[in-house]
Amino acid sequence: MKYWILHRLGSSLILVLTLMSLVFFLVRLAPGDPLDQVASAEMSGADRELVRHRLGLDQPLWRQYGQWLSGVARWDWGKSLRQQREVADILGEAVPATLLLTVVAFVLHLALGLGAGVVMAVSREGFWGRAVKLTGLTLYSLPGFWFGLMLILVVSRWLGWLPAGGMSAPDAAFMSGPARFADLVRHLVLPVCVLALGSFMSTARYVQASLEEALGQDYVLTARARGLPFARVLWGHALRNALLPVATQIGLYLPFLLGGAVVVEVVFGWPGMGRVTVEAIRARDYPVIMATTTLAASLVVLGSLLADVLYQALDPRIDLRGRRRRSP
Amino acid sequence: MTHRSASWWRDSALRPGLVISLFLALIAATAPLLFPGDPSALGEEGARLAPPSSSHWLGTDLLGRDVLARLAHGSRVSLVIGWLAVTVSVVLGTGVGLLAGLGPRRLDRALMLATDLFLAFPRIFLILLLVSVLRPSVGLIVVVLGFSGWMPVARLVRAEALSLRERDFVAAARGLGLTGLQTARRHVLPNLLPTVVVAATMRVGGVILAESFLSFLGLGVQDPPVSWGVMIQQGRDHLLDGWWLAAFPGLAIALTVVGYNLLGDGLRTRLDPRRGREARHG
Repeated sequence: MKYWILHRLGSSLILVLTLMSLVFFLVRLAPGDPLDQVASAEMSGADRELVRHRLGLDQPLWRQYGQWLSGVARWDWGKSLRQQREVADILGEAVPATLLLTVVAFVLHLALGLGAGVVMAVSREGFWGRAVKLTGLTLYSLPGFWFGLMLILVVSRWLGWLPAGGMSAPDAAFMSGPARFADLVRHLVLPVCVLALGSFMSTARYVQASLEEALGQDYVLTARARGLPFARVLWGHALRNALLPVATQIGLYLPFLLGGAVVVEVVFGWPGMGRVTVEAIRARDYPVIMATTTLAASLVVLGSLLADVLYQALDPRIDLRGRRRRSP
Repeated sequence: MTHRSASWWRDSALRPGLVISLFLALIAATAPLLFPGDPSALGEEGARLAPPSSSHWLGTDLLGRDVLARLAHGSRVSLVIGWLAVTVSVVLGTGVGLLAGLGPRRLDRALMLATDLFLAFPRIFLILLLVSVLRPSVGLIVVVLGFSGWMPVARLVRAEALSLRERDFVAAARGLGLTGLQTARRHVLPNLLPTVVVAATMRVGGVILAESFLSFLGLGVQDPPVSWGVMIQQGRDHLLDGWWLAAFPGLAIALTVVGYNLLGDGLRTRLDPRRGREARHG
């Protein structure tokens, strides 16, 4: 087991390194001189060369590549071309904002997905099952950015209940602790709703399938035959077993939530990684683009590693080293 | 089997899916006849930002252009980009999947490694990275969206090809002396068709969503041609004085996505022999 995790860790590391190389060379393949992003057209030839030298762009490509990699290992992502700041500082502000948004949204996503999944499994052809399925599928099909805009229009502009964007009120700095927290929560509600409502159906379908399978198992039949009420069998026996495969999938939702976060952050002006990336792309600020893309991809690799380990740890029947353990 | 044609129609996912996607295809095909003239040409002077009325069912935009006409013309862009990009994904994915599933072990390993590599990018970051490196145009959007979606198709096709190659009729074909390529083309590919068709249909909705988001960001289709994403972006600045500008294109996107998802879902239960059995009495 220990050996297997080490092996898996190693291959994840190689995957991340390959991804980083891909990002680096893709960006360098871009047509045009990267210098044009910083140097103005009126600069003299000598000045241009000076800037080029300062940015290290006169070095051979493989050396720039090596420098980038070794920099990243020290959490030094270079300087932003457009903002006169270290990319690491930009990330330091953006990553926590994105994490806050995605973690809160994920909790709501799980709660909704679980509830909807159970309802759909129990009343498959019934009214509630159909109603939940229809609602979930409709929400799933809405374009996230449009859903966000409509919520802003109705909830913020027409009803005036919640702020329309940003992470805090302009006067948040002068607020007391609890008031500032309440302000943050008010800013979180709409973005979190867009992220969770638009995605919970994927978990719900998984829960439904898993629970339907569990309800058909012998132990459920046995428990029912012994006279246990359906509700107890459902909550006590079936759901517990059905949740196991769901729990192992948690890591795989990372790409989904990160992708959703890009959309939500742009619409709500949430100062996270997605918004930083989109702004950097508009400005062709390559060091920033490389940093956020690498980070996002690494998080996804980490997520699938987590999913594998959880899968292995939680279900004694599964042995990812290739053998299938004898069932007890 | 005798009730097959009737049960197609009774399917709870397939019927609305077919109706919606055919309706949209009809609108897209007849948009120039239904709404003649350039949808991007300036409208009448007095009809700027007019709310929905009997003369303009869905209102007009800032330049007095009819929103309904622009929506209809926009459906052409969305559907064409959607289908072309899906075609790119499916052709690429099927090729990679077939090579991996039928080719030598080492090739399989290498191809699956590449598949995992691209799958590790959150899709929107991969798209944004590609768009940032290249200049936006309709052709580029198609290529980028198509390229960012081949991985799941490759996995699906590989899995299917792996199981097909163990089947007797494929072994028999090989035994009769057919080359690998001939076997792949005559015996494996036709049996893969249902899987590929379902995968393609299921992807259209997602691609249209992605295209509209890119256009919304100003990194996708540039106006003209009209795109639903661009319409929403233009409506963003007029949420309060012209809510219809952003509201209706979003509903059109949602309808399209729902339609194609239902169609894909329905086709899957019909075409997939393993799922088909449970679906038939369900």
